[in-house]
Parts: sequence; structure tokens; C-alpha cells
Amino acid sequence: MVEYHLTTPISEDDARKLKIGDIIYVTGEHVYTARDEAHERALEMYEKGEKTPVDFEGSVVYHVGPLAWQKDGKWKVVSAGPTTSVRMELFEDEFLRKYKARILVGKGGMGQKTLAALKEVGAVYTSYTGGCGALAAKGLKEVTAYLWQDLGMPEALWVITAEEFGPLLVTMDSHGNSMHDDMDKKVAARKAEVYSKIGAKE
Amino acid sequence: MEDPYQVIHDTTFRLLKKSATELPKEIKEALEAANERETNETAKTQLSAILTNMEIAETGVPMCQDTGIMIFYVKVGDKFPFIGEIKNALTEATRKATAEVPLRPNAVNPIVGGNSGDNTGVKIPWINWEIVEGDSLEIVAFPKGGGSENVCIVGMLKPGVGLTGVKKLVVDNAMSYMGKACAPNIIGVGIGGGSDIAIKIAKQQLMRPLSDKHPEPEVAKIEEEIMEAINATGIGPMGLGGSTTVLGVKVDYAMRHPASLPVGIAVQCWAARQSKAVISKDLKVTYVTHPMEGN
Repeated sequence: MVEYHLTTPISEDDARKLKIGDIIYVTGEHVYTARDEAHERALEMYEKGEKTPVDFEGSVVYHVGPLAWQKDGKWKVVSAGPTTSVRMELFEDEFLRKYKARILVGKGGMGQKTLAALKEVGAVYTSYTGGCGALAAKGLKEVTAYLWQDLGMPEALWVITAEEFGPLLVTMDSHGNSMHDDMDKKVAARKAEVYSKIGAKE
Repeated sequence: MEDPYQVIHDTTFRLLKKSATELPKEIKEALEAANERETNETAKTQLSAILTNMEIAETGVPMCQDTGIMIFYVKVGDKFPFIGEIKNALTEATRKATAEVPLRPNAVNPIVGGNSGDNTGVKIPWINWEIVEGDSLEIVAFPKGGGSENVCIVGMLKPGVGLTGVKKLVVDNAMSYMGKACAPNIIGVGIGGGSDIAIKIAKQQLMRPLSDKHPEPEVAKIEEEIMEAINATGIGPMGLGGSTTVLGVKVDYAMRHPASLPVGIAVQCWAARQSKAVISKDLKVTYVTHPMEGN
């Protein structure tokens, strides 16, 4: 386990150095929120040959629907823990290939399509403790833009400047490793023992 | 006398604010105990993040950005004099809390799309009404997060699979969603009745105190067995490994149809938010889960 303090934009080389179990703290202006609808819109724009309002290459894409409010005319993140990433499994591999984000942040892990794309593109998936919105907001210092507002607060594209945002635990890396897959195997191996406690069989 | 609408409204606003920012004491204690008990390093990291997050939240910041879809459980005494004020007061308090706590706008129209922006809309906030004997009003604010809600299920089992089949459904469900529901979880199980009744009973179990055991020993035993089985999976906090996967399993039942064995499974995240108050007929308010300081 290695602890990294990275600044955006993040290079492919830096992303490929990361391994599952590593901890990252991120600083920089290129932290973008994206959930189901922002992924979908970014891909649609790509298909149409349109340019997205931000350049995702080298960025941190955070699966989150932040809770934010406007104070003195300026948007501020109040609470912003991760959402369940597997919903984005539908789009993430294509999104990574087309836009080359380097660090995904979410919770719960993602599937084989994303894992393959991480390897191909040179990126990682990191887990942030679910529900820890108040803690996460401490590292999300400034909202520099609130784009795609028509999608509503949770689904919009928020552009954020982060300061030591973390700890982000690398749980899927660009070497084909997934802590989530490892956990699935560990739990499957315990199934007989688990079933024995309730008198059930396979 | 105070304006009854205003009292119900202001009470509900406090319930919504407290539920979003402070966990009931016993849930916080259970998470602290889990952090002490865990030996798995990743599990400890996750739990300590949760505990730090709670400290920050208690300064008045919603602990989780998903402040839930707005659900209330209301028990109205048949002699409570202000029944007509309740629905509007709850709805308006929801709007105010959304703007001022703040809460994330989470009410989306499933047909035409679009977020209402204030956590209200068609049938939302959802109010579970119960008429009871008495002259007071009990309100529980129970905002429910989407991540844990997405793994709630209803199983219509064949009666032949018996209680073992019921337990297996709960355990299999937990092993399928792993950490996606923000473990450590609390699980409510409703057996019998019908499809709607089973999930309704299951949801209601999430409001039982963690220390509470079902009064019938046969049911209490099922609660214990399921809890032990799920904690033996090693799924752990956030599904990243550890021995604390559930903080509690609560089961209740209704009589079933001879041909049916419905099982409702309601899953709650560690951010098990709820806040309860009782308003008397002369408009005295008692906060139950989040007492006023100095009381």
C-alpha cells in the first residue's frame, strides 16, 4: 500500500502506477461530478461531434449527486459522498475510451467492462466511504461551474476544485485487479459456512 | 394558544433537520462499538471515516448528500384535535427543510422527467397514516436513501421452502448486493400477509431500536440467526471486508394465505436516519430520538 498525493490533470503514467490498496489524495481544478445522465449526455455529444464544456482527459470523475447551496451568489458543496457506481457500468467503458478520465471515484465497485477499459486507457477506480458526504465536502473546496443544470442538482455536471480530497482507496486498477472481484470470491468461499448458520443448502 | 399548524410544521422541520444531521444515539454507539471490535484494517478505515463524518455532520451539515426521499410515519390519536392540519404542515416543512437545512431535491417525475426542486410532488412526501387510540400525534421523519432502497426486495416463496427458505432469501440478497447499500446495514424482514404487506412490515422494522428483540422467541431466534449468518460472510463495511456487515436484523410477520409465503426485505444504510416527536392535544412537543438540550 502506497499513499499518493496527486494534482490534476493526471497523466496516464501516473494512473498506471496505481495499484489496488493504494490511497490517493487529490488536489486540483479538474474534479467533475457525473452520474447516469451526465455520462449519457457526454456520450451523446461525442456521437454528434460536439465538444463537452469541460475536457475530461486527466480528470477525476466523481460519481456523486452533490447537495449544494448558493451563499452570497456562489455555489458551495454542502455534502457530497459517492453514489453507487455500478449504475454507470452501462456507459463507463465507452466514456473512458472517449474522454480518458484517469481517476473514477465512487462506491461499491464496477464490473468487467469498466475493468477492461481501465486497463486499456490507463485509469483507476477508487472507493470513497459511502454516506460520508459531510467529510467529502471538506476536500471539495470550490465550485467553479455548475453545468447542465437542466439535469437537476444531483445529475448535473459540477466543476470542482479539490484540496487533498480523499482518502480514495484504489479498488480497481489498470492491471486488471479488482478488490471487488476479490471480495466476491472471498464471500463465495464462505457460503457453505454462512448457510450452515441458517440450516440452508446450495 | 399556539397555532396548531405552525406547531406541527415547526416540529416537522426540526425532525427533518435532526434526521439529516444526527443519527439516533444507539446507532452511533453501535458504529463506535463496531469500530472498536473490527480487526480488519480496511473495515477500520471505513468505520473511522463514518465516525469522523458524523462529528462534522453534527455541526448541522447533512451526513450524506443523499438526504433521501421524504417519508413520514404518522400515528394520529383518534381524539387528536388537529388532524386536518397534518398533511399540509408536513409538506410545507419539507419545502422549508429542503431550502434551509439544506436537503438535496430528490423528487423526480418518473413519467415526464424533471426534479421538482423542493422534495415534494405527486404523492411525495409519502405519509404512512395510522389511527390509534389517544389524543396525541406521533410523527417519525424517515428520509430514505436511494442506495439502500435499490436492494430492497419482495420474494413470493413457495410455502414448502419454509422458514429456512425465508432466511436464505435474506442472506442471498445480502451476498448479492455486497457493500452497495452502504454497509453496515440494518435489515427489516416482513413475512406473510401479501406482497405489499410483507414489504410494509419489513420497512416498519427499521424503526425498531437496535437493542430490541422480537417478543416471540421463535422470531427473535430468526433475527439472531440471520444476523450471525450475514456477519459471517465477511462482506464488512462498504463491502470491502470485515466482520460488521449488519448492525441489526429485525423480523415481524402477519398471517399468510395457505398458498403464499411472501417475504419483504427492507435494507437500511449505516446512515439510518430517523427522528421522532410526539405532539399532545394541547400542542406540547416531546422530541423522542433527538431530545432538546437541557431536557
